[in-house]
Amino acid sequence: MGKVLMKGNEAIGEAAIRAGCLNYFAYPITPQSEVAEYLSRRLPEAGGVFLQGESEVAVSYMILGAAAVGERVFTTSSSPGISLMSEGISYMVGMELPAVFVNIMRGGPGLGGILPSQADYLQATKGIGHGDCRLLALAPASVQEAAEMVMMAFPLAEKYKNPVIVLGDGLIGQMMEPVEFPDHLATEPPNKDDWAVNGMDTRNSSRRNLLRSLYLDPEVLNQHNLNLRQKYERMKKEEIRFEAYNTETDYKALIVSYGTMSRVCRTAIDQLKAQGLEVGMIRPQTVFPFPEGAIEEAAEKESCEAVASIEMSMGQMVEDVQRSVKGKRPVSWFGKCGGEVPTPEEVIEFVKTIV
Amino acid sequence: MSYLHVIDKDGCKGCGLCVIVCPKKVLEISEQVNTKGYFPAYQARPEDCIHCAMCCTMCPDVAITITEVAEEKDAPESTEETDG
Amino acid sequence: MGKTFQKPEALADQVTHYCPGCTHGVIHRLIAEVIDELGIRGRTVGVAPVGCAVLMYNYFTFDFMEASHGRAPAQATGLKRVRPDLVVFTYQGDGDLASIGMAEIVHAANRGEKFTTIFVNNAVYGMTGGQMAPTTMPGQRTTTSPFGRKVEEVGMPIRVSELLASLATPGYITRQTVLKPKYINRAKKAVKKAFQYQLDNTCFSFVEFVSTCPTNWGLTPVEAIKWAEEKMLPYYPLGEMKTPEEA
Repeated sequence: MGKVLMKGNEAIGEAAIRAGCLNYFAYPITPQSEVAEYLSRRLPEAGGVFLQGESEVAVSYMILGAAAVGERVFTTSSSPGISLMSEGISYMVGMELPAVFVNIMRGGPGLGGILPSQADYLQATKGIGHGDCRLLALAPASVQEAAEMVMMAFPLAEKYKNPVIVLGDGLIGQMMEPVEFPDHLATEPPNKDDWAVNGMDTRNSSRRNLLRSLYLDPEVLNQHNLNLRQKYERMKKEEIRFEAYNTETDYKALIVSYGTMSRVCRTAIDQLKAQGLEVGMIRPQTVFPFPEGAIEEAAEKESCEAVASIEMSMGQMVEDVQRSVKGKRPVSWFGKCGGEVPTPEEVIEFVKTIV
Repeated sequence: MSYLHVIDKDGCKGCGLCVIVCPKKVLEISEQVNTKGYFPAYQARPEDCIHCAMCCTMCPDVAITITEVAEEKDAPESTEETDG
Repeated sequence: MGKTFQKPEALADQVTHYCPGCTHGVIHRLIAEVIDELGIRGRTVGVAPVGCAVLMYNYFTFDFMEASHGRAPAQATGLKRVRPDLVVFTYQGDGDLASIGMAEIVHAANRGEKFTTIFVNNAVYGMTGGQMAPTTMPGQRTTTSPFGRKVEEVGMPIRVSELLASLATPGYITRQTVLKPKYINRAKKAVKKAFQYQLDNTCFSFVEFVSTCPTNWGLTPVEAIKWAEEKMLPYYPLGEMKTPEEA
């Protein structure tokens, strides 16, 4: 099937099916309820399981239950809903269960707003749940990339036996763009009989499986955490993805921006180039693991005088950018968080203040 | 047919529930402490036991079992079995 | 004629961590006996709660998973919906099910999820040291109701079986107890009936057990049985609150 014009939320739903995930549990919340609406029609057709839970809390444990039996499963929600799922996500990390969570971010904190934002960056990359738990976090900047990242998320979750989160925002969820679902991103799940609680008969084994996250012995729990930590280290080695834009030039400023915001920055960079001012950009496609090396290297370029983290939040990724640049260049933040997407002109105006 | 009533001395926590449900008042709490530091139940009057398994039913620790054992008089015949 | 009595195959050869006289052990055995008799050990998955029974998976010999506090019905929903061929049951205490997990159990029952829930009502939070639970009796002293449960402040104890039975969705909702052998034998039939409804894919099945907590009630096991009989059974009447046939 070639390119189709689809709303982001619906493309995300279809992408999961194309990736071989036929189980979806969710709870309505603007701006991503269309995923559930779409899948409530599509999944029964595809012979899958669709269920609307009574709360995001319950949904996160339906996800856990389905993952525990060895099935691919995913859910989508938005900011407040992801907050409610954080305990379940932490349990899944502790129990080493693969699953995919999609956060179509909206304004916060509290009820905040229903318009797009990137204000859950720290939640997704630093504080998704209690304990030492990290999620591989993918950040799409278009409907096409959102579809691809959702498809990629399933094998990644299984590779690390850890949930993966896809960080979209209200705009990616709500806008329509042409999209296709690459066949090479449809994958077969691995055999999970060595850990799944899918019944001894299913595995025709007399050895029962047990899934837990409780380890009362401190040494055992410490070792368990060291094993989990190894996964995060491996992610840092093998899963960093980013895009560089206009970095082949002698740029005077470096922008770091992801998702929808990076598209606005791209336009600003083009306009600045026309005005004779070169600006480069690194766009993290994974926000965990964060592309520290690439940003450090780009910031160190001779011509580069300053770095700016431009994000639809009050400055969250800027902390990671500062950490990556290690003081070699001044790092500043620019952004808005009420739900407005900063315009190219606003970005241009800001960039001119730092060079 | 005769039955063998066994209380797992170290599995019993001495809760005493079997003692109160035994219709024949066979069981009592022992004075000997077990390896876990509990004073287990025991058959004080085994001859009165009618193997009704009320104690087994009540026991929260499945510490009481009753198994069938061959009568003594059956024993000689079985031992003469040839090994053919 | 005497009877034989053996430990069921579905129960592990493991001394439990439960306090002396704690009726969790009896309920565990009933579940194991039913699973053996129905021959379903190979396709059963247990969902353990957070509470005294959090370590129950050590006492069974088939697939098990821990649930987060109160969330077992949601986990069981996810598990059962994607693998309806598996036999799934949750085992939960009164703090787990009737307090933090109330929404989960009510909605699972209302959706008619085809798993079985075993609900142990011993009127307190056991594992954390005897705090007041939604099922704590009026006037009952606990570590968080030291002057006795004041109904004018925290309301009356919740009768979960009646509450679930009031849902229009068909289901099997029964309250049993294990305070005496006669009750235990009756309770076993109820547990078997509950699992049978699951095997027949008929409806959600729920067995509440009025149980004891000698340690946190500050009573001997024998006194606890008496207290439960005298104080709890009148407030928590036994019997089948709802059967699918009625609906």
